[in-house]
Amino acid sequence: MMPRAVNVDLQTDATLQVDISDALSERDKVKFTVHTKSTLPNFKQNEFSVVRQHEEFIWLHDSFVENEEYAGYIIPPAPPRPDFDASREKLQKLGEGEGSMTKEEFTKMKQELEAEYLAIFKKTVAMHEVFLCRVAAHPVLRKDLNFHVFLEYNQDLSVRGKNKREKMEDFFKNVVKSADGVLVAGVKDVDDFFEHEKTFLLEYHNRVKDASAKSDRMIRSHKSAADDINRIASTLYTLGTQDSTDVCKFFLKVSELFEKTRKIEARVAADEDLKLADLLKYYLRESQAAKDLLYRRGRALVDYENANKALDKARAKNKDVLQAETSQQVCCQKFEKISESAKQELIDFKTRRVAAFRKNLVELAELELKHAKGNLQLLQSCLGVLKGDT
Amino acid sequence: MAAEMEPPPLGNAGETDFRELEDGEDLFVSTVTTLEYPEPSSPEPASLPAEDISINSNGPKQKDVSFDDDPEDLFAEATEEVSLDSPEREPILSDGPSPAITPVTPTTMLTPRMDLGARCRIEEDNNGDTFDIHIAVSDPEKVGDGMNAYMGYKVTTKTSMTIFNKNETTVRRRFSDFLGLHSKLASKYLHIGYIVPPAPEKSIVGMTKVKVGKEDLSSAEFVEKRRSALERYLMRTVKHPVLLKDPDVIMFLESSELPRAVSTQALSGAGILRMVNKAADAVNKMTIKMNESDAWFEEKHQQFENLDLQLRKLHASVESLVCHRKELSVNTASFAKSAAMLGNSEDHTALSRALSQLAEVEEKIDRLHQDQAYADFYLFSELLGDYVRLITAVKSVFDQRMKTWSKWQDTQLLLQKKRESEAKLQFANKPDKLQQAKDEIKELEGKVEQGEKDFELISKTIRKEVSRFEKERVKDFKAVIIKYLESLVQTQQQLIKYWEAFLPEAKAIA
Repeated sequence: MMPRAVNVDLQTDATLQVDISDALSERDKVKFTVHTKSTLPNFKQNEFSVVRQHEEFIWLHDSFVENEEYAGYIIPPAPPRPDFDASREKLQKLGEGEGSMTKEEFTKMKQELEAEYLAIFKKTVAMHEVFLCRVAAHPVLRKDLNFHVFLEYNQDLSVRGKNKREKMEDFFKNVVKSADGVLVAGVKDVDDFFEHEKTFLLEYHNRVKDASAKSDRMIRSHKSAADDINRIASTLYTLGTQDSTDVCKFFLKVSELFEKTRKIEARVAADEDLKLADLLKYYLRESQAAKDLLYRRGRALVDYENANKALDKARAKNKDVLQAETSQQVCCQKFEKISESAKQELIDFKTRRVAAFRKNLVELAELELKHAKGNLQLLQSCLGVLKGDT
Repeated sequence: MAAEMEPPPLGNAGETDFRELEDGEDLFVSTVTTLEYPEPSSPEPASLPAEDISINSNGPKQKDVSFDDDPEDLFAEATEEVSLDSPEREPILSDGPSPAITPVTPTTMLTPRMDLGARCRIEEDNNGDTFDIHIAVSDPEKVGDGMNAYMGYKVTTKTSMTIFNKNETTVRRRFSDFLGLHSKLASKYLHIGYIVPPAPEKSIVGMTKVKVGKEDLSSAEFVEKRRSALERYLMRTVKHPVLLKDPDVIMFLESSELPRAVSTQALSGAGILRMVNKAADAVNKMTIKMNESDAWFEEKHQQFENLDLQLRKLHASVESLVCHRKELSVNTASFAKSAAMLGNSEDHTALSRALSQLAEVEEKIDRLHQDQAYADFYLFSELLGDYVRLITAVKSVFDQRMKTWSKWQDTQLLLQKKRESEAKLQFANKPDKLQQAKDEIKELEGKVEQGEKDFELISKTIRKEVSRFEKERVKDFKAVIIKYLESLVQTQQQLIKYWEAFLPEAKAIA
C-alpha cells in the first residue's frame, strides 16, 4: 500500500475514495494501479482497480480544462511527468566510474543512487495520487463521466501522447492565451473581491515560483555536502585501518560517526524536499490553475461586455436585435455562472493553502528538530569516547 | 671484499619525482626529465668531511646536538667491527649496510663522540628549559604600492626559554622572509635527516590580487589563510627541538632587521637553480637502486606512501565539503529572501507571519553554515594540507638517506678500483705511481669510513625524527578532530534552538 499524499489537505469521503495502490517502473514509463472504493450507484462494483499511465492522467486533466461546464472551477493541476532521467544518468555514470573506486565505495554509492531513484518514484506516485484525490473531493468534478471511465474502464484508454503537430498547436494556443491573458487582466474588475484576487494571485504565483527554485537549489547543495561527508567517512576508514599509531582509533570512530551523520544529513535534505520544495511546487501549479480560472472569468466578462455593446449597437440600428439579445444572454449567464463558483473556489483555495502550509511547516520543523537532535546525540557520544581516550 | 650491489628496484620512484617539483616554491612545473646535472648542493666526495662541518656554520652547538644519543651506542661501536647496532635499531638481516671492507677503527669512531658522551637527550628539555613558547602572526598590513607591494606581518614571540633574549619579542616580517628561513633550514638540516617543516606555498594569483589593491572578500580570505598558515609554520618549526635552537630561527624571531631573502623569488636565478636541482634529484632518485636491508625503513617508506595517498584524498574531499557548504550558505540566504517575499505577498495574516519567521530562521541557518564552512576549512582542511606537505618533507629525508648511501657506495667502488690498479702497479715497477696509488687508497679509505658513518648517522637521525613526527602527528590529529567535532556539536545545538523557536510559530497558523 502506497502512503497517502502528504502535502495537500483533503477531505475524504466514503462515497468515493481513490488511491494509487501500486506502481511499477518500467524502462521508460510508470504503470500506476488506480484503486477505487465507492458506494456510488453508477459503478458496477464497490471496489475495483485499473492500470493507468501518465498520458492517461494528462488526457483526463485536459478534458476538464476543455470542458466549458467547468470553466468556473479551479481545475486540479496535472501531475508532472515522471522524470527519472537525472537519476538514470547518475547510475550510468557510476557504472562507468566503477573502476576508479573501491568496492565498498561503489556499493555505497550504488545503494544511495538506488534510494534516490526510489524516492523520485515515490514522489511521482504521490503526485499522481493527489491529482486523483483532488478530483474525487471536488463536488462537481467527481461526477465527471471521463473521470468515471478513467477509474473503471479496465482497458487501455488508447490515449496516445500528443504528436508534433498537436504539440505545436498547443504551443500557439498558449501564446495566444497569454497575450489574451494580459489584455483580459488589464480590464479593471468592478468586483473588489476579484480585483484583489487578481493582484494577489499574480504576485503570489511569481513569488512561489522564485521560492520553489531557490529551495531546490538549497536542497541540492545540502545533498552535495552529504555526499562529501560520505567520501570523507570512507577515506577516514581506510586511514584508520592503515595507521599503526594511536590515532587510528580516532579515524575509525570518526569514520563510523560520519557514516551515521551523513545518513541523517541526507534525510534532512530529503525531508526538506518533501515538506518544503514539493509544497512550493504544488502551490506553484495550483496558483497557476487559480490564475487560469480568473482568466476564464475575465474572458467571460470581456465577452459579456462586448455582447452588451453589440446589443446596444443592434438596438440602435434595429438590426439582428434578437440575435444580439440571445448572444448577450448567453454571455451573461456564462459570466454569472463562472463568477459564482469562482468565488467559492478561490475561498476554498485559500483554506486549502493555509492548511497545507501549516501542516508542512509544522512537520518540517518537527523533522528538522528530530534530525538535529539525532545528530547532536551521535556527535556528543563520539566526542565522549574520543576525549576519554586521550 | 666487494659489497653486494644488486639491490631490488626502488618502488614509487616514478610518481614521486614530480611531486617534489610541485612543492609550491617554484613557478614552473618542470617537464625536464633528462637533465644530468651534477649536484651543486652537496659537496664532491673529496670534501666529504666538510659536509659535517657545513652544518656548523653557526658554531659548534649544532654538531653537538646532532650526535645526541644513547651513551650505550659508543661502546657498541667500540667492540664490534662492522655492526652498526644501536638499541633503536631492529636486528639487521643478512647483508647489513656495512659491507665490511675495512674494520671500523674504534678510535676514529669514538673520538668525535667522546666529548659528547655526557650530553643528555633532547626530548622535552632544552638546556634545562621546558618547551614553552608561543608564536602569533598577526596584523597583516600592506606595504608599498603596485607590483612591488607586499604584506607585512607582525610576529610576536612569547617564551620563558633561556635561549631567547627576551620573554616577549615583536618583529615585522614579510612572506619572503619566511621562505628565506625555510630555505636556510632546509639546506642545513635536510641532508642529515631532519624533517624540516615546509613553508606555506606561494600563490601568484593570490598575491597579485592583494598587490593590485583588490579590497574584496576573496583577497581578505587569502590574507587570513596565509596569516594562519605562517603561524602554524612557525609553531611547527619551533616545536622541533633542534630547529628551535638554530641561530637563524632565533634571529628570525628576535632581530628587528633581517637581510632580504632575494633568492626565494620564483623567477630569480636562485629559483631556476632550485628547479634544476630538483629535476636532477628526481633523475638521481630514479637511478639509485638501494639495497635496503633495514626492514624498518622499507616499512616506514611504504607507510608514508600510503598515508600520503589517503591524506591527499581526504584533503580533496574536505575541500569539496567546504565548497559545498559555502554554496549551501549562499543558497540558504537566497531562499530566506525569497521566503520573506512570499510571506509579504501571502494575504492570510498568520501564514504570512509564519513565512516571515521561516525566512528569519533560514537567514540564521545561513550564517551557521558560513561559520561551519570556516571551521571545516581552518580546522580540518588546512591541517590536512599541512600534513600533505610535511609528508613530502619526510619523503625527501628518506631520499637524502638514499643519496648518502649511494655516495658511500660510489666511494667504495672507487676504492676498489684503486686497489685493483695498485695491485697491477705492484708488478709494473713504477715506484712513484705506486706510492701515489697507495696515498690515494689511504685517502679513499678514510672517505669510505666517513661515508659509512654518515649513512649510519642519517639513518639514526631519521628514526628519531620519524618517531617524533609520528608523536606530533598523533597529537595534532587528535586535537583537531576533537575541536572539529566540537564545532559540529555547536552547529547542531544552534539548529535545535532555531527550529524550536520556529515550531510554535508554525503551529499558530490558524
